Amino acid sequence: MTDHKLIELEGITKTFGSGPAAFQALKGVDMKIDRGDFVAIMGPSGSGKSTTMNILGCLDVPTSGIFRFRGVEVQALSRDQRSLLRRRYLGFVFQGFNLLARTTALENVELPLLYRGETKKARREAAERSLDKVGLLPWATHTPAELSGGQQQRVAIARALVSDPDVLLADEPTGNLDTERSLEIMELLTDLSNTGITVLMVTHEEEMAEYARTIVRFRDGLVENIVRGHKSGSPLEEHA
Amino acid sequence: MLRMIGATLLLALREIRRHILRSFLTTLGIIIGVASVITMVTLGQGLTASVQEDISGLGSDVYIVFPTRSDPNVSPPPFDGADITAVENQIAGVEHAAGSVSNNAVAFHNGQDWQTTVQGADPAFFSAQSIDVVEGRAFNAEEIARGESVCILGPTLVEEIFIADEVLGEEMRVGNVSCRVVGIVDERSSSVGGGDANDVVFMPLKTVQRRFTGSTDVQFFVVKYDPAYSSATIQQQLIDLLRERRVIQEGEDNNFNIVDTAQINETVNTVFGTMTLVVAVIAAISLLVGGIGIMNIMLVSVTERTREIGIRLAIGALAREVRLQFLTEAVVLCCFGGMIGILLAFALSFGISTAIDLPFIFSPAVNIMSFVFSAVMGMIFGYYPAHRASKLDPIDALRHE
Repeated sequence: MTDHKLIELEGITKTFGSGPAAFQALKGVDMKIDRGDFVAIMGPSGSGKSTTMNILGCLDVPTSGIFRFRGVEVQALSRDQRSLLRRRYLGFVFQGFNLLARTTALENVELPLLYRGETKKARREAAERSLDKVGLLPWATHTPAELSGGQQQRVAIARALVSDPDVLLADEPTGNLDTERSLEIMELLTDLSNTGITVLMVTHEEEMAEYARTIVRFRDGLVENIVRGHKSGSPLEEHA
Repeated sequence: MLRMIGATLLLALREIRRHILRSFLTTLGIIIGVASVITMVTLGQGLTASVQEDISGLGSDVYIVFPTRSDPNVSPPPFDGADITAVENQIAGVEHAAGSVSNNAVAFHNGQDWQTTVQGADPAFFSAQSIDVVEGRAFNAEEIARGESVCILGPTLVEEIFIADEVLGEEMRVGNVSCRVVGIVDERSSSVGGGDANDVVFMPLKTVQRRFTGSTDVQFFVVKYDPAYSSATIQQQLIDLLRERRVIQEGEDNNFNIVDTAQINETVNTVFGTMTLVVAVIAAISLLVGGIGIMNIMLVSVTERTREIGIRLAIGALAREVRLQFLTEAVVLCCFGGMIGILLAFALSFGISTAIDLPFIFSPAVNIMSFVFSAVMGMIFGYYPAHRASKLDPIDALRHE
């Protein structure tokens, strides 16, 4: 075993645009995330939480600084190498569900496996298992239009889980749901976290963040504080 | 990779099925393009074959020699038997030469009459012109030598004046000459004189010269040569010999003309081949327009499906996999267009060929080439939209409304 954290951010900055119109969204973010943690990233609009999430999801690269994932410096990887990293280790859940329309729940869940070169049979079996985990196997043949918002988000979670990822990245996963459905989704994410999957969730709702073990607050492109051991009842550990 | 291509193919088919009307309208350009190219080439080939068949009535490896005016005020001297004998004997490679004369005459039989052409021709002429006696017999040596009144009929004449009658052995009258029918020739598509090649009554050359034209001259003669010899050499020797016999001084124009059937054939092939190619290229422009239509719709499709592309990229699709997906869709669309175009072309070219009485020549090569060309169109015009899709930024694509 190496002593690497699963995720390490050191002095991450991100600037959009150039010249006088340049905007610095991240101004030097330092953060370490342990394997199996459930992290809620919070902060007001424009604080840099979504930009951080995009970098953590290997969808974007920092302007400067070091982002290590499983000990690998991601900022040095090519676009295709980052795609392979996402394919192998990351699962995404979006606020707007982002399911393929006119495609059944089962086919949506199968999608990531298609790019992993799995056989049709293997894809089908894994997708069914994943849908079963989120309690939606009976709805496997339904299209997104035939499912409620909560069900669609469960399909999205099943899709994120189907490739057995190390990290589940959830960007405002309850943003489009009513309270009851939101709580269901949060219970599901908590259960997943308890199975050892690292969950990174962006949210602006305190109630949802309560489910996380670690809360990272952003303000003006910097980490304002990190609260660890939040759920476990252990003494809170705060970093300015 | 194969599994990926298979899955991509299924995805492409599903996308096409989802937008079936749009897909059909998109491929319409390719359908029309492919159908036009194949129809034009098929009709061109049919036309060429039809003209070649007509020319084949003149015989193959044959020269047709006839007098022409070199001076508008002076009639050219006719050819006679001595000229023909000289050609036959003095030029290596000439198998035989045979003269012919013809005249208009009215044929009578059993109360029926018919305006026709009486042509004097011996078996060598029949052979050179590929005229086959299908019923009865050819003229025999005695009939030829004596100039007897025997005749061989063309199918039109048989039809017109021998309704339900026995033909062979019957006596009939041609002008003022009574003759006995000894044979009937096969249907032909053309003759040297033009007109209906089948509306003719053949008699031995000597008979027609004696009873109709009143001279030993021939109007033209045919020279059958051995194809193993150089056609150009024989033709030059023929020109030299005839100039000498007709006492044409150096610098004077020939007062005769030589038509080479092989040359006609070659010219027809070249002219019709070029014509078919030009028309096919013009038709292929519509294929190009069809390709642009495909590119347009694929660009629309990429814009419409930006979020889908974002999802695929986010879950780990490589740029080349996204490119492959959209390229496959474009190629599959074009292949469908190509297939429908081929079916349409088959119906069109068969229908038009039948309607204008041309032979229908199905060319697998043209059909396969058109199909491949339409697939290549899909690759060329599908590449840019596919490349654009693959270059999308996943974050921007996911935000796309």
